[in-house]
Amino acid sequence: MKRYLPFIIVAAVALITFGTGWMLFRAKRQPAPTAAAKESPSREMHVRGEADAPVTLEEFGDFECPPCSIMSGAIHQLEKEYGSKLRVIFRQFPLPTHAHAREAALASEAAHLQGRFWEMHDLLYKEQAVWSKAADVPALFDSYAGTIGLDLERFKKDMQSPEVNARVTADHDEGASRGVTSTPTLFINNTVVPPASLNPPGLHKTIEAALQEKTKS
Amino acid sequence: MSKSGKKNRGEERPDAGARTRLILYGIAAFFCLAGLTDATYLSVMAFTGETAACGGQTGCFEVLGSAYAKVAGIPVAAFGVLGYFTAFTFAIFAAFNYARARMLFALTVCVLFASTLWFLYVQAFLLHAFCRYCLFSAAISFLLMGLVVASPSPVNRNE
Repeated sequence: MKRYLPFIIVAAVALITFGTGWMLFRAKRQPAPTAAAKESPSREMHVRGEADAPVTLEEFGDFECPPCSIMSGAIHQLEKEYGSKLRVIFRQFPLPTHAHAREAALASEAAHLQGRFWEMHDLLYKEQAVWSKAADVPALFDSYAGTIGLDLERFKKDMQSPEVNARVTADHDEGASRGVTSTPTLFINNTVVPPASLNPPGLHKTIEAALQEKTKS
Repeated sequence: MSKSGKKNRGEERPDAGARTRLILYGIAAFFCLAGLTDATYLSVMAFTGETAACGGQTGCFEVLGSAYAKVAGIPVAAFGVLGYFTAFTFAIFAAFNYARARMLFALTVCVLFASTLWFLYVQAFLLHAFCRYCLFSAAISFLLMGLVVASPSPVNRNE
């Protein structure tokens, strides 16, 4: 038995390492985003979820706004809970009061051009407390781009491109035309969510009501 | 009678060298496991595009998102997994008295140590940022190297 013990130990460690690595990989793997649903020939939206979902939650967000970061976590939870019944749309609404909000919006749009909008979206919210206070924000965004596997040279170029800038402006204008003045502003099936309901129980209730309405109609 | 007596003493008091070896390589195997865990976590983060929980520090992103974090598109953490697993394997076999395993363990640790020195240089002088996971791995490499240096030479042992 002692003769085989080292082989057993090594095999067990290999199995445990591979097993835990695989489980962690599965747990951390990003859900496949439907990143670019066509709204009109010239505009694309950032969409996560099924196209025929009965409830659409549309967020006008600012990556530097702390409540948006909290809301991002709550929306993630709702996505898990409602699954195919909920579709989430994100729109840029960087507030001029936030020094790096527009830069962050540009970073997420530049990531979108390489098919990684949601990865950058999640990362910017997750690390908001870090980059919003950092001295060298562009360098940090570059490192985020590297972390999510973007082509760095292309990312840097896209950050400066008129196309990316136009995308952010278009979203902002869309929000302004719909009466958005603060972030986060949420619409559920095109109806604005009142500020008092911008919390997990409130959103839950609003989504349930929207689902019931869909069932009736 | 005397033979039996010798045998009994031998069973009651196992060879001190063997015990030292078992303890030494047991500790080494434990350090390798710690390094393996660290490298596995970083590899999974790199493969999923997730971000390592850096506790609000910017260093992790600057290091793990840099061009030095990948070799031919493969995260260096994956090489770390391979390195630590190899070192662990040799440490276990060395603990069980496989003579060649000791030399191979020392060689593997030297490679890990050399890589550590390179990555410390990259972090300190090229990126000017430190990643705590990489520093943890560096500490493990230093400890392993210390064990290799401290371990008695195989030629002095009574095998």
